[in-house]
Amino acid sequence: MDDARSTPIRVLIAKPGLDGHDRGAKVLARGLRDEGFEVIYTGLRQTPEMIVDAAEQEDVDVIGMSILSGAHMALLPRVVELSKSRGMDDVLIAAGGIIPDADVAKLKASGIAEVFGPGTSIGQIAAYFREHARKRA
Amino acid sequence: MGDLEELLRGTAAGERLPLARLLTAIENDAPGLRDLLPQLFAAGHGGHLVGITGPPGSGKSTLVNALTEEWRRRGRRVGIVAVDPSSPYTGGAIMGDRIRMMEHAADRDVFMRSMASRGELGGIASATWMAAAALDAAGYDPILIETVGAGQSEVEIARLAETTVVVEVPEMGDEVQAIKAGLLEVADLLVVNKGDRPGADLAARHLRAMLSTAGGRVGRKPPPIMVTTATSGEGVAALADAIEAHRSSARTPEQATARARNQVRRALADLALRRASAGPSWDVTVDAVAARELDPISAAERLLDEDAT
Repeated sequence: MDDARSTPIRVLIAKPGLDGHDRGAKVLARGLRDEGFEVIYTGLRQTPEMIVDAAEQEDVDVIGMSILSGAHMALLPRVVELSKSRGMDDVLIAAGGIIPDADVAKLKASGIAEVFGPGTSIGQIAAYFREHARKRA
Repeated sequence: MGDLEELLRGTAAGERLPLARLLTAIENDAPGLRDLLPQLFAAGHGGHLVGITGPPGSGKSTLVNALTEEWRRRGRRVGIVAVDPSSPYTGGAIMGDRIRMMEHAADRDVFMRSMASRGELGGIASATWMAAAALDAAGYDPILIETVGAGQSEVEIARLAETTVVVEVPEMGDEVQAIKAGLLEVADLLVVNKGDRPGADLAARHLRAMLSTAGGRVGRKPPPIMVTTATSGEGVAALADAIEAHRSSARTPEQATARARNQVRRALADLALRRASAGPSWDVTVDAVAARELDPISAAERLLDEDAT
C-alpha cells in the first residue's frame, strides 16, 4: 500500500456513450475493490456531463472510463474539459477499452493520463492509480 | 485539501465541489474536523432526515430515485447519502447506488454521495450523521440516508434519522418474520416494494396483522404499511406524503430527546473506542485477552480507566 495515504482511493468507473455491454468495466470494478479501492460504478450510457457531475459529487481521486464503441475522441476529451471547468484539476482521468494506437497520443494530449488496452492486468491499473492519484492529507 | 472553514463557507453558499470535499474530510476524519463540528451543526437549516433501509435487493435505490423524482416535482432540493459495505479483507468497496440515480446526475438540486462503511473503527454512524449535517448546511431538504439493512450498525444509522423507512419485498417470508426483533421494529413507515409482484397486498396484510398485535412494538403505534412499485412510480407520491406527515411527529420534544440520546450514545462509543485503540496499552491489553489472562470486559474497563486518568 502507498504509505502516503491511509484512506482508500476513490475511483469512478464510467461507461461513456452507447456501448452495449459493460462486462469489462464490471470486472475492473470488482478487481479494484479487491485491490482495496472504493469504486463507484455508474452503469451504461453516460454522457460526459453525467460522468463529471457524478465525479464532482463523489469527490473521486480517479475517473476511469471504459469505451468500446469508437466514440472515444468525441467523448473523452470532453470529460477532461468539463472536469477542469469545475475546478477538478487534480483528478486523474484514464481510459480503457478498444482505442486505436493512433488515437492514444491525441487522447493523452487532451489530458487523458493513460490509456489501458486489451491485455492490461488489473494489477497494472491498480499500481498506476496508486502511483498517480492525488495525495490526500 | 483546502481549509475546512472555507469548504464549509462554500457549502453553505450552495457550491457543490466544496460540499463534496467537505464530505471527503468527514469520511477521512481529517485533521481539524473536530474543531469545525460546532460550526457545521450551527449551519444546518433543519432539513428532514429520512433513513431508508431494508434487505439487499428490496429496491431501496430504485425507491430513492423515485422519491427524488417526486420531491423534485414538488420543488424540493434532495440530498442523499448512500452507504455500502467495505470489504473486511481488503478495505475496498463497490458502490452501485448511483446506477439508478444517473438521470438526476446533472440536476443541480440533487446531491448524492456514496459512502463505504470502512469498518467499525471509523465510526460509520457518526460519519453518516456528519455527512447529513453537511448536506443540511447546504440547504438540502429532505436528506435521505440509504443503508443496507443487513447488520446492527445499519439499523443504528437508521435510528439516527427522524423518519425511518424500512423497505421489504413481497417474498419477505412468513408471518413469524414480521414479529422477529430488528428492522421492522425501528420502522416509522413500512414499505412493501415491488408491489406489482403477486402476493404484495397479502404480504402487506400479514405485516399489518402481525404488527398491530400488542406484542409487535412495545409502547409504540404500529407503523403505516404502504405498497409501492418503485419502477413504475406507483404509490411513491403517497409514500412521500406519509414521510412528510411523519416529520411533525418526529419533532416532538420526546422524539427529539430519544434521538439525541441515540446520537450521544453512539458518539460516546465511537470516541471511547477511538481513544482506547490509539492508546499505548491497546495492543498489550488485547494480547492479554488472547492469552486468556484477562477477560474482555476487564480489558475494556482497564482501557477506559487509563484514558480517564
